[in-house]
Amino acid sequence: MIRTPLRPLARVLQAREKGENPDHIERENIRLRAEDTRARALNRAEGRLLLLGAAFFTAFAVVGIRMGTLAASVPEEPRSAATGTEISGRRADITDRNGRILATNFSTFSLYAQPKQMVDPKHVATQLATLFPDMNAEDLERRFTDGRSFMWLRKKLSPEQMQSVHDIGDPGLLFGPRDMRLYPNGKLAAHVLGGASFGAEGVHSAEVIGTAGVERAMDARLRDPAQAATPLALSIDLTVQSTMAEVLEAGMVMMNAKGAAGVLLDVHTGEIISMVSLPDFDPNDRPTPLLQGDPGDSPLFNRSLQGVYELGSTAKIFAAAQAMELGLVNPNSMVDANAPMRWGKHKIGEFEGKNYGPLLSVTDVIVKSSNVGTAHLALQIGGERQQAFFKSLGLFDPVPIELTEAPGAGPLIPKRWADIVTITTSYGHGMSVSPMHLASAYAAIANDGVLLPPTLLKRDTIPQGTRVMSQQTAAASASMLRQVVTRGTASFGEVEGYEVGGKTGTADKVKKGGGYDKGKNINTFASIFPASDPQYVLVVTLDEASENTGPKPRRTAGWTTVPVAAEVIRRTAPLLGLRPKIDYPPLNAVSAPKP
Amino acid sequence: MRPFLFILSAMVLMSLAFWAYRENYATQAALKDVSKLNREIADLREALSQQRAEWAYLNRPSRLRDLVALNFDALGLLPLDPGQFAPVDQVAFPLPPIAAPELGTPIDTVGEFENDGEGHIENVPNDGTKTSEDPL
Repeated sequence: MIRTPLRPLARVLQAREKGENPDHIERENIRLRAEDTRARALNRAEGRLLLLGAAFFTAFAVVGIRMGTLAASVPEEPRSAATGTEISGRRADITDRNGRILATNFSTFSLYAQPKQMVDPKHVATQLATLFPDMNAEDLERRFTDGRSFMWLRKKLSPEQMQSVHDIGDPGLLFGPRDMRLYPNGKLAAHVLGGASFGAEGVHSAEVIGTAGVERAMDARLRDPAQAATPLALSIDLTVQSTMAEVLEAGMVMMNAKGAAGVLLDVHTGEIISMVSLPDFDPNDRPTPLLQGDPGDSPLFNRSLQGVYELGSTAKIFAAAQAMELGLVNPNSMVDANAPMRWGKHKIGEFEGKNYGPLLSVTDVIVKSSNVGTAHLALQIGGERQQAFFKSLGLFDPVPIELTEAPGAGPLIPKRWADIVTITTSYGHGMSVSPMHLASAYAAIANDGVLLPPTLLKRDTIPQGTRVMSQQTAAASASMLRQVVTRGTASFGEVEGYEVGGKTGTADKVKKGGGYDKGKNINTFASIFPASDPQYVLVVTLDEASENTGPKPRRTAGWTTVPVAAEVIRRTAPLLGLRPKIDYPPLNAVSAPKP
Repeated sequence: MRPFLFILSAMVLMSLAFWAYRENYATQAALKDVSKLNREIADLREALSQQRAEWAYLNRPSRLRDLVALNFDALGLLPLDPGQFAPVDQVAFPLPPIAAPELGTPIDTVGEFENDGEGHIENVPNDGTKTSEDPL
């Protein structure tokens, strides 16, 4: 670039000749130079702005075009994507331990109306009222004509009902597909399954949510789309459950009881093989909960879990086991059993005022079910150690099973643990737990002293468990329980070949205001079988049972619950694959088959 | 040389375009097929679960119990009982077959003695054929 000098000599000389000031020339040149610089800067800035503008325009244009194509194109699933992972919107099935279906889904239709499209609302209303007896024609017609544009009529329709509604032939009646929860076995295991209902409802689908039992407790697992294809396997055995329900139902009628409950537990895995509570209900048509009165009278009430009652004498084995565990006694030690026993202002007597004393061996305390003997054992143990033992058996906490009712069904425990409480709880009074608690604690005795958390789900791996007593103590306790059946209060519990061992418990119901209701009792039989190598624990409870064949009604567990429990064992043990231990005659002996 | 290359590349381009056109339609047809199959699978699954539910419903224990009671005359089914367990050596297995001689040609059990006059006694079967050679 040729730089113009600010004061060119030629022009300066010219100017001087003309008598002009040469400084003007310099100023003029400086001005021109500045102008030139400005023009160039302007030019460059303009170019840059243009470039930037173009870049922005392209970017926005790309976004805009993409949005335009997205908005204008027909929505379509990416079809070429891999369809390996199967996603289903359905709720997972529930099966028993052998894969038999307990709960599944069924496609059906719901009925809704769009009254504005209706041709003849009056006709539709009368036709619907004849189809569905619970609908009222006038009421329907009023709602069809009050200007609304949408209303639900029916959540589920059977195919026949759907055809009948089709036959009405009005364009204002429409159907929406629905997945409904179906319990094919009806009342069986109703308390375990609970039930399901619709959550958020739309015309095209509705979500199915669990309302009680396993359905609600495992709701997140059942609704998880990734696991929808794998059914949830429960620990329940359908055949055993059905057999137990059948036997208990018959037993309930024979023993004039108003309710019955039974829990069958596999002691080595902690799995609940069967859990029955009678009266029961149909989960397909779950009744509404009672709004007044005792909720315990509702069929929805799960007696085996929520039925929190005093244990009665079934708790005595815990005192005996703990005393043996602590080394205070052995099965043959003699303890004071002189009835009645006085403790402060309280008098502790035996059943029907008997006296088994003055001394009884620990085994006989259990066999004869002596309150006084157990009380003396408990006093030797002491309140604090007794509480710690009950807590280790899980009798102080809700049972950790997969039912939505479980956390709410905690035991009732006295706030202050005075010596008299130590005495009464040792023979099962003053503290209330459920049959499920009892089964779990007995399972610890049966499982060589190791307590496993009970479960309703099929277990593949057995958890570690906690040792609550030594193997010797557990074996000695099992042998005592066996003797209760062979020569004690539960003689009706003998089932040939299955070596049933167990303890009876008869407790009067606690009145609402306090005190005991003499005529109303809860009879419990907690059993283990076979006693020499325990496999299963069965707890059967009858509510207000009485055996009326004698001159006066017999209300003890030995007369009411024990025969029912024995029949349960006789029927279910073969189903569980247990071989009876029967001494067969040698082959060379002369024998003839029974006709 | 150059025009030849030019024509060749044009032809390659055209054939590639034709191939791409065909591939496009083949892909679309395959996708349509896949979605049809998926729909069919979904329908079959639906039907399967429906049938499973029906199977479970028809095999519910209370119904089976009623059916057993109804058909007791024909079937005579009773609940499983502890008495049905027995040691293996009490089971009456079928006896091994008796080792009998194989039946082949019939054997005569009746014969007659015949004196040929020279002191030889021959055993002559019924059919008259001699079993021993004549010494003459």
